[in-house]
Amino acid sequence: MRAVITVIGTDKVGIIAGVSSILSESNVNILDITQTTMQELFTMIMLVDTSKANINFEALAGKLDARGEELGLKIRIQHEDIFKSMHEI
Amino acid sequence: MINPRKIFETINMISSENLDIRTITLGISLRDCAHPDIDELSRRIYDKITRTGRDLVKTGEDIERDYGIPIINKRISVTPISIVSESSHGDNFEIARAMDRAAAELGVNFIGGYTALVHKGYTKGDKNLIESIPQVLTQTRHVCASVNVATTRAGINMDAVARMGQIIKQTSQMARDGNSIACTRLVVFANAPEDNPFMAGSFHGIGEPENVINVGVSGPGVVQSALKKLEPNADFSQISETIKKTAFKITRMGQLVATEASKRLGIPFGVVDISLAPTPAIGDSVAFILEEMGLEKCGAHGTTAALALLNDAVKKGGVMASSHVGGLSGAFIPVCEDTGMIEAVRCGALSLDKLEAMTCVCSVGLDMIPVPGDTPDYTIAAIIADEAAVGVSNNKTTAVRIIPVYGKKEGEVVEFGGLLGRGFIMPVNKFSSSAFIKRGGRIPAPIHSLRN
Repeated sequence: MRAVITVIGTDKVGIIAGVSSILSESNVNILDITQTTMQELFTMIMLVDTSKANINFEALAGKLDARGEELGLKIRIQHEDIFKSMHEI
Repeated sequence: MINPRKIFETINMISSENLDIRTITLGISLRDCAHPDIDELSRRIYDKITRTGRDLVKTGEDIERDYGIPIINKRISVTPISIVSESSHGDNFEIARAMDRAAAELGVNFIGGYTALVHKGYTKGDKNLIESIPQVLTQTRHVCASVNVATTRAGINMDAVARMGQIIKQTSQMARDGNSIACTRLVVFANAPEDNPFMAGSFHGIGEPENVINVGVSGPGVVQSALKKLEPNADFSQISETIKKTAFKITRMGQLVATEASKRLGIPFGVVDISLAPTPAIGDSVAFILEEMGLEKCGAHGTTAALALLNDAVKKGGVMASSHVGGLSGAFIPVCEDTGMIEAVRCGALSLDKLEAMTCVCSVGLDMIPVPGDTPDYTIAAIIADEAAVGVSNNKTTAVRIIPVYGKKEGEVVEFGGLLGRGFIMPVNKFSSSAFIKRGGRIPAPIHSLRN
């Protein structure tokens, strides 16, 4: 499935590396990535494909959440459809 | 990829504005459980509920995790028990116990359907069920009861209205050690919907399929935030448009979760109930939406008009977002569950009479209203009669969930806890309705019920 990873917090060195290393270990493919600063907050969005992942979704979410804690950021992973269904007709 | 702004809009709705799915409710028909022996009937009921609902909570949690949207409640509704137990001999309480055990086993907090539909009169089964309600509510934890006493087509069964006044009082007295909280699991309806996923009034109607998934959304906080972002002098057309757009987005979440739950459980999707259901959480209040429109306090003159606009805009926005909309679908005004309404009652802005007017234009009725413990049964019955008249005459659902809190007087505080909230005991009219309620019989259906 395709999922959206969002990262929100204060900018610092190693955020993208921190997230992408987990994805690479888990065999999750990054399809698209964008980052911007919104209201002084660093925000990054990644569109990923988890269909060939070597761990289940719950474990992946857990790893990302833990990495977020380490980096002092909020990292979420959500099925892409929640955004599509809300914003696309 | 989807616009990042939109992605963060969704995340913000969930993390800061209390957007959630209020309930996934699994409706289960118990019609094939009927048996002359009540013990056997209860056993069948327990088995069927636990078998059919086995994966409900787990599936709800899985969806919650995959999509990152909280699903607050997973619940069960069943066929009105008065119908299932009609031909059984024995104590109805056994059935309620079986339902209660099944709910506990599945990990759901409420199971609805301890219900009788008596808008035109009682059958033997209806009578047995109604008489057992006080015992059932006080000796079970999860069972919710409802009684439909009126419809637009049949008129108002005033015998049932009078009896329900007494049943509520009796329940209040039997539950005196716990602030009469058992009364919060009893709803008296006019025009009860058969597919409402919200408790305490949820049951699996007799026109429903074997099993069905109905979903109730929420999101007063999201609507309030959207209105806050408008210019202070925005007119009512702009307010209505904003609410419509927000309701659309909220309902899309409900539709997504409903479709997904239906697919994962292999149970057909029924409806999305597009109600705005408040919680005692700060920023999750329907009253605050009304106040955002320019009222100093909910209950001030203008409140009914504001609520009418809100209710209408929610439906207009929600209806296109879901393939099937049903249940109650509108704004809820459960007084004790809504921070803004609790405050409005405390400061004297919101009265029972104003709430009655508000129920003419929104989706429910007098909901979660604590009144003095010594309120006479005929006064409660008369309150029910008034609400039923509002529902019957306006072709809409109305309900009464009123709690005469044992030992408490007007103005005192009562704590129900959790989603049921807290409140101040509201005064009722002191003049007697006793002779009116004693008449009994039926109030005939209004002329506009003859639509064929």
